[in-house]
Amino acid sequence: MDSGISSTTTELRKTPLNALHRRLGARMVNFGGWDMPVEYPATGGLIAEHKAVRNSVGVFDVSHMGDIRIRTGRTPGGALAAVQHLSMNDASKLAIGQAHYSAMLYPEGTFVDDVIVHRLGDDDFLFVINAGTREKDISWVRENSKGFDCVVEDLSDAYTQLAVQGPRAHEVLRKLTDVNLSAVKNYWFTHGTVCGLPTRMIARTGYTGEDGFEIYLPGDTATSENAWNALMEAGKDCGIIPCGLGARNTLRLEAKMALYGHEISESINVWEAGLDRYCKMEKPEFVGRAALAKASVNGLKRTLIGLEMIDRGIARDAYKVFDAAGEQVGVVTSGSPSPTLCKNIALAYVPPAFAGIGTTLLVEIRSQRVKARVVATPFYKRPRKAASQAVTN
Amino acid sequence: MAYPANYRYTKEHEWLDAKDGVATVGITDYAQSELGDVVFVELPQAGTKVTKGKSFGTVESVKAVSEIYAPASGEIIEANGELHNKPETINSDPHGAAWLVKIKLATPSELDGLMDAAAYEAYIAAKGKEASA
Repeated sequence: MDSGISSTTTELRKTPLNALHRRLGARMVNFGGWDMPVEYPATGGLIAEHKAVRNSVGVFDVSHMGDIRIRTGRTPGGALAAVQHLSMNDASKLAIGQAHYSAMLYPEGTFVDDVIVHRLGDDDFLFVINAGTREKDISWVRENSKGFDCVVEDLSDAYTQLAVQGPRAHEVLRKLTDVNLSAVKNYWFTHGTVCGLPTRMIARTGYTGEDGFEIYLPGDTATSENAWNALMEAGKDCGIIPCGLGARNTLRLEAKMALYGHEISESINVWEAGLDRYCKMEKPEFVGRAALAKASVNGLKRTLIGLEMIDRGIARDAYKVFDAAGEQVGVVTSGSPSPTLCKNIALAYVPPAFAGIGTTLLVEIRSQRVKARVVATPFYKRPRKAASQAVTN
Repeated sequence: MAYPANYRYTKEHEWLDAKDGVATVGITDYAQSELGDVVFVELPQAGTKVTKGKSFGTVESVKAVSEIYAPASGEIIEANGELHNKPETINSDPHGAAWLVKIKLATPSELDGLMDAAAYEAYIAAKGKEASA
């Protein structure tokens, strides 16, 4: 037996909760240079964690995510101008206390990274970025904000970031905070205390396709462990369990949320990734805009589709996709069994001609080609309440 | 979970139970716990020839694909069809109901190089230490 996941732990970076994960018996993996829990077998493992988040509530340590603060220097508007240059979404539309999904692009219109942009003040922003691209992102922000009157700070190691996710996340977190969480709408954030500790932010964001919150706490081990334990205690009645990166991946895949290095990368552009609604071409300028304007005239060469396996087999990252005639037409970017749908699902890039819902394609799995069907995405959409809290673009 | 004393074990975490020239083969409890929830198993058909040390099938968890290596050379005489619909048996009963294949041994002396239960337990204990160092 030989699993593809490396379990080497030498020289890996650790979050403030690393020792706690090990005490809980988590299976640890190297994730982008970080020693992170992939699942917690003692509390049921990946599938149980996935289901806890879909049906009730789970907690993830996501302290490996990076944080970059961009605030103004001397001139009012300096930070906003820098953010507008760096980010494809329109930060001028954000109220203080509001966040949105966006991306930083190369001049080619391809991805440096995707980010959540939070507006902390008139001229004060926080980018939450991926762990695996932290150093690259920070140099990119520093380099490309040089012409603007702003101060760039790397706060990546300053916080413990906990994601409390699931339909009952609100019910659990409410017990531990002085904040009126009902007033915090989807993709908004506030400040306040959790377990009596001041937070940097309590944001109604996540990477699971479910309602939930991300809490940014002081990054020392004692505080982090206290907060974690308090959440576990407060969520006991709801069946709260710790969740690892394994469930985080299956949850985000069902919700068709992009993962850097898979659905988005330095060789995939915004149109191909289908992230048009977060890219504001009406802004006069941002890095990547000119190339994207050109690309939209030239038309799409490939587009991201959802696949559901018809035959037995699990499509995985980098597996080849063929048309019915046996011609290779694309490649899988992510694939997994879907614990919610009990089907094997995948995302893949193919030319638009093969993207029609219902098209039958073939995925090559260990030299055998097995049938899959193009399906509508996201694979899973959470049931929304009547008073819908729409995602703010 | 106990490692049966009459089984032999490989460094790749397969077990083998040989009787009258036929070896029943599976993956160990350690292997299934490293993999997590098993969701898919692919095994060769009866009649397939396998070679010691070469991959003859796969076991997949949600996260990962794992090759299974033949602990001895020979011919597959039966594959466990039950695992098709109930791959999770590998998690619940890896040393028993979740046997993978039966191999008619070509060279029974190949088994001499395999570990016994005590040696295998020492081997995985050492691996555990390495991982938490």
